[in-house]
Amino acid sequence: MNLFSLIKGHATFAHGGVHPLEHKEETAGLAIRRLPFAPKLVVPLSQHKGAPAKPIVKVGEEVVRGEPIAESDGHVSVPMHAPATGRVVAIDLWTTAEGPKAPAIVIDVYDAASQQILYEEEVDIMRQAPDEIVRLVKDAGLVGLGGAAFPSHVKMLPPAGKMIHTLIVNGCECEPYLTCDHRVMLEHTDALIRGIRIAMRATGARRALIGVEDNKMDAVRTISERLPENDTIEVKAVEAKYPQGAEKMLIESLLGQQIPEGGLPVDLGVAVYNVGTLAQMGELLPRGRGLIERVVTVSGAGVARPGNYLVPIGTPLGFLLKAAGVDAEANKVILGGPMMGMTVASLDVPITKGVSGVVANAVGNSDQDERRVYPCIKCSRCVEACPMRLNPSMLAQLAKKREYECMESDFHLNQCFECGCCAYVCPSNIPLTQYFRIAKAINRERPALAS
Amino acid sequence: MANPIEIRTAPHLKRPQGVEDIMRNVVYALVPVAVFSVWQFGISALALILTTTIVAMLTERLFSRLAGRGNTLGDWSVVITGMLLALTLPPGFPLWMAAVAAFIGVALGKALFGGLGFNVMNPALVGRAFVQAAFPVAITTWTPAFAPGRFTEFIPSTLAVPFMKPDSVASWVEALNIDGFTGATPLAMQKFQHITASTNDLLFGNVIGSTGETSAALILLGGLYLAFRRMLDWRIPVGVFAGAALVATPLWLLNAELYPSPLFVALSGGLMLGAWFMASDMIASPVTPWGAFVYGALIGVLTVVIRLFGGLPEGVMYAILLANAASPLIASWTQPRVYGESKGQEGGA
Repeated sequence: MNLFSLIKGHATFAHGGVHPLEHKEETAGLAIRRLPFAPKLVVPLSQHKGAPAKPIVKVGEEVVRGEPIAESDGHVSVPMHAPATGRVVAIDLWTTAEGPKAPAIVIDVYDAASQQILYEEEVDIMRQAPDEIVRLVKDAGLVGLGGAAFPSHVKMLPPAGKMIHTLIVNGCECEPYLTCDHRVMLEHTDALIRGIRIAMRATGARRALIGVEDNKMDAVRTISERLPENDTIEVKAVEAKYPQGAEKMLIESLLGQQIPEGGLPVDLGVAVYNVGTLAQMGELLPRGRGLIERVVTVSGAGVARPGNYLVPIGTPLGFLLKAAGVDAEANKVILGGPMMGMTVASLDVPITKGVSGVVANAVGNSDQDERRVYPCIKCSRCVEACPMRLNPSMLAQLAKKREYECMESDFHLNQCFECGCCAYVCPSNIPLTQYFRIAKAINRERPALAS
Repeated sequence: MANPIEIRTAPHLKRPQGVEDIMRNVVYALVPVAVFSVWQFGISALALILTTTIVAMLTERLFSRLAGRGNTLGDWSVVITGMLLALTLPPGFPLWMAAVAAFIGVALGKALFGGLGFNVMNPALVGRAFVQAAFPVAITTWTPAFAPGRFTEFIPSTLAVPFMKPDSVASWVEALNIDGFTGATPLAMQKFQHITASTNDLLFGNVIGSTGETSAALILLGGLYLAFRRMLDWRIPVGVFAGAALVATPLWLLNAELYPSPLFVALSGGLMLGAWFMASDMIASPVTPWGAFVYGALIGVLTVVIRLFGGLPEGVMYAILLANAASPLIASWTQPRVYGESKGQEGGA
């Protein structure tokens, strides 16, 4: 496998990774289509990592598409904007994909509400001071659209004593089925490049590297055609291998450096942004708009009209699935990609800022999930597949004995970012990734239990 | 959306290659070796292979029922144990002794530890080690390959009645009147008389030895098939041969009269079968990449040391069993360096 990558010549991370069937051909060639408004939109106040936003509208109030409806609460928090013109009918608990109900603003969309955004203000963005840009990024409600939903402005401010010299732009999209970033790179290339320049100005980065998996060479070409020669922005093809799009992997692929254990990209002077996030930044900031819609890939065996949809934030999942022609047989719906995404228990959950895709009945899963679980046969496939070079086989033995503390102290449990490679390759069908999720959750709660 | 919604945890995709696929492919890789042995040694070899495989399967079934584990035959692992065991025994080995070996191998070597995935050592070799100690004469009684009438007539010792003295093989061999048959394996001839068999004969099974170890070429073929399908860690056989060469080469260069060439070491006796099919037993070998090398090399070194300096002409079995025992220790010494872990000493940052 390593020899093969040497022949192909595109950079990649040094160890591990897997090649699941991509299933991207179903949607990669389909242009982004706008989804109509659902009659009711649900905007959760916590769609991002950090403190939930605070509502600034009241029940019964009328809101205009693009208008702020909730303000950020603290540094690691972002505001929310009205995705459509209508009336606030409730600010109440609502079902979320994660499980527990959480507060959300529910808007009844006016019939025949316009898609036009009236609520905006032109800004000459490249003339703004870096601090001002950071504030505007926060005001736009921008979070990582690759799935992490971490507030974008927070990463622009390095802690004291550190500085950012390189912007890594993540166009890998390594999850099977998903093609929304691919389409954004092809269709919103100028906005993407504008967004990169804005982020470079805000962070002080002197150069930007766009990493794109080599199964999207058309995107590599499209972007490099729009870049002047000897530009500070450069596109680099990297090997198509899951999880190339994990920031630790992409940094290793592009820079040959590893983030120290427990550290952040900023420790290497790097900030990582997803292409979708930067395209939105380039689109929204010059016009003073907020984030109210995003591109979502809808695909999978149960989808009659797969594609990339421009979906207003807050659209109920059921509405999107119906628009995409999901048949009645679909009974397993994944938010995000099939390797790291989560299945949802209810189709009432809204599409939030971090949802990059919806996969209904990923091919051939249901029967495989029923496969018998065997004891570990120490085949070492998981050790070979782990991009973090952990020893999942050993970790699983400890997990079975509930030695959760030992997993953390001696076997680097916290370096696991749950990419799922180990469970994907395990011939014994051991739910390794789930073991590690549980172990981490218990370790997180332990100090609380002790006090 | 009429059906109930399924809730699962990520990852939702699964590579379609399970334990049973891996084990079944190991069996496929062993089939040419087994077929060749039957062609070479006749119905005695066939009876031997069937006996150990069937007894191993019955033992597995019995103990999995006693342990309440359900039917574990479907994972195919015990078929490998049964076949491998037969291939390591002399072709005329009494069937009742082979049955004892299969029972002991699966019962003591596998079921006692908790079945598939928990055995400390290779079950086939545990069974063989038991009969080596219990029946030292029978396990070193060799019969000629390609004997006339081998498809119609059993080797007399094969059908020995339990606990009775088996019929003399020597007089039977004499009656066959085969040219140059001495009853000694290439390893024994090399060790005690310093006569080396030709590479060609070793490769294509034109020598005497255990049922399935005589054709190095077919074993290599099966092993390479598994390695290419990534159902076998190539580092282990590579480690074995590197370790064997490490000890054998300097000695050979020092005194080629007394010591065998590295090529002879690699091709003779059970090293080929051991390296590709027994040392590579996933369960009893380290999971770490470097650990697999070290473990393989340990087997290679021990084998040659036992062969050249020990009392026995062959050392593969004990070398593998010893390395099996050392495997957890080797694994804990060779934990991979985790992403982002500092290269120097702890707390160097």
